[in-house]
Amino acid sequence: MIRQHILVALVQDRPGVLNRIASTLRRRNFNIESIAVGHIEQPHLSRMTIVVEGDDANVEQVRKQLDKIIEVIRIADITGENPVAREMAMIKVRATPSTRSEIIQIVDIFRANIVDVSPDSLILVVTGTQDKVDTLIELLRGFGIREMSRTGTIALPRGGSGPLTIEEHKPLRHAVEQAPPEEEILPDW
Amino acid sequence: MIKTGAEILCECLIKEGVEVIFGFPGGVLLPLYDTLPRYPQLRHILVRHEQGAAHAADAYARVTGKVGVCLATSGPGATNLVTGIANAYLDSVPLLSITGQVPTHFIGKDAFQEIDITGITVPITKYNQLVLDVDDLARSVHEAVHVALTGRPGPVLLDIPRDVFQARTEYIHPDKIDLPGFKPKLFGHPAQIKKAADLVNSAERPVIVAGHGVNIARAYAELKELAENAQLPVVTTFLGIGCFPESHVLSYGWLGMHGMGYANKAIHNADLLIAIGMRFDDRATGGVSTFAPQARIVHIDVDAAEIGKNLKVEVPIVGDVKNVLQVLNKQIVKRDHIGWLSQLDDWRAQHPATEVRDHEGVLPQYIIRQIHEATKGDTIIVTGVGQAQMWAAQYFFYDKPNSFVSSGGLGTMGFELPGAIGAKVGCPHETVWCIAGDGGFQMTVQELATMVQEDLDINIAVFNNGWLGMVRQWQELIYNKRYFGTQLYNPDFVKLAEAYGMKGVRVSKKIDVRPAIHKAMEHKGPFLIEFVVEPEENVYPFVPPGKTIVEFLEMPSPLGSLKK
Repeated sequence: MIRQHILVALVQDRPGVLNRIASTLRRRNFNIESIAVGHIEQPHLSRMTIVVEGDDANVEQVRKQLDKIIEVIRIADITGENPVAREMAMIKVRATPSTRSEIIQIVDIFRANIVDVSPDSLILVVTGTQDKVDTLIELLRGFGIREMSRTGTIALPRGGSGPLTIEEHKPLRHAVEQAPPEEEILPDW
Repeated sequence: MIKTGAEILCECLIKEGVEVIFGFPGGVLLPLYDTLPRYPQLRHILVRHEQGAAHAADAYARVTGKVGVCLATSGPGATNLVTGIANAYLDSVPLLSITGQVPTHFIGKDAFQEIDITGITVPITKYNQLVLDVDDLARSVHEAVHVALTGRPGPVLLDIPRDVFQARTEYIHPDKIDLPGFKPKLFGHPAQIKKAADLVNSAERPVIVAGHGVNIARAYAELKELAENAQLPVVTTFLGIGCFPESHVLSYGWLGMHGMGYANKAIHNADLLIAIGMRFDDRATGGVSTFAPQARIVHIDVDAAEIGKNLKVEVPIVGDVKNVLQVLNKQIVKRDHIGWLSQLDDWRAQHPATEVRDHEGVLPQYIIRQIHEATKGDTIIVTGVGQAQMWAAQYFFYDKPNSFVSSGGLGTMGFELPGAIGAKVGCPHETVWCIAGDGGFQMTVQELATMVQEDLDINIAVFNNGWLGMVRQWQELIYNKRYFGTQLYNPDFVKLAEAYGMKGVRVSKKIDVRPAIHKAMEHKGPFLIEFVVEPEENVYPFVPPGKTIVEFLEMPSPLGSLKK
């Protein structure tokens, strides 16, 4: 089944990481719908949220390929975990004295903010799910959108800890794996 | 102690156990080449083209199990490595490429001989890095070698600007690796291994498919124990050749497009495949939807991304095959599989794939068999890519691990000569035979000079059929003999050898084949034999592309009767 997948990755802040990730996705013919990168609470680490479309098996295959990139510390497909996913858009819309109040009404309904006003336009900022942002853009289209900038989706899984949560007692340190004791139950293969 | 970047690089390489560097100098490498003579522990072998350096280091790594090191200057030197790096990537070879780069203040300015080699090699390296600070150099070398050798091996590249070679810093050898994202799983999950053991113990028609991973992990003893305990027939992949002795009663050849018919039939009729360190490449599986239709599959591989990539498997086990087999072997019950094995023996009798037919002319298959007899199988065979490669794989019997060195995944013509150099340098006490076609030989022919300069005792067999034989064969069989772009005008190979300062003979009669082989082996130093072979000989069996592996074509009988 082809659907949208949200991959989240914890990566080392090193030059070339984004290049390697993009190259791996390109090679497998995935179109990146959006990619968002930013620092996290730990130093020298970044978190990426990558939205791609594909069937489950192909996305799982590419997730494994991405996991092999040395600078990728952890990567997970959180699509099935009902994550909180949001994006942000800044929209500069044409606004004349006759349309301005109507636009402001729409902005209020969507709980967007107006951050700049000029005689013939407004800049508004909206945060929300991809659907919400899409709907707002559709509604504003009739007034004339002069310029627009959207971030990619960022997402966090719900609940206390997710696949990328760094546990305080388990520092991120590489060590060569030791043989497990025979009866130890390891996580999934 | 304060040292220059060039000195630190040399010290680090020595610490990592490197003994040989295959290299070619250039402008930005001058500070390093000015330093290398002070480290005589690092033998520098000057190649004639950087592609040769990469292939030689690749073959060196395959035969020794150590990291192979090649060195090239910035720009064209670096790009000339690319084919060799790709070759190592597809065949999982631990190759460390070191490239010089323009000084840091020139980077990004399209300076003379500047190219973004770390960008270019992103898709064909496991790891690469542009080292911008001399303080990072020692750590980078240590990490790169660790990554190259650990888990599924692969090529790594370090790009070092000229001023980093010249900069000075306090040298402290890093003893720790801190790569939190590098987490190869080396030990299989015990529950999965248990499931695999249950399947092996209950299978009626099991087959082991042993791949390059067994050679890489040096798990020959474990594989043999598994096969013998449960009386499991062993089929290898093309790159798995040698990981299980081919003279063993349980050895049933190798599978795939030019594999043995009986090996393919065994796979096709099996009810269980125990796939060990292999990746279900399309040349091995043929049409993947009809591959092993009755088989449940246990797949053991150190690379999780290989499992489930090309086909669905029932029991995936991620781990180093040596470790996994050690645990698995403890859970295997003794079986005999008499009926199944005798079925396989019948198929082997029906589809003899390694018999040399009676023929007056010089058959390439005959030459390979004579080399096998003359060396008693005790040699390293290094091949190029094409017909000669396939005959070398089919008509020589490999009993020794890593005695067959060939470009499998990338299929790189021109691998043979530099590959033979790497194999001989890595195993100086072994005899080395380079099996070359007339096409591939001319792709890296300049490395003859390297062999002569280093006085390497390498025997070269050039199969001169005047064609790019494998392509000609496809044009014959699939494109209705519309030959185009495949006929070769060849130089006089013997004169060519002599021009390079090595001995050479030409053989165009069957009766001269054996004496020439013995002459080459008695000669100390490089020796070339040009065999003028049957021009339109084909490689059989042959599974046409897209067909199921049991739909193989065999040698048509009018060509000559089979010698039983």
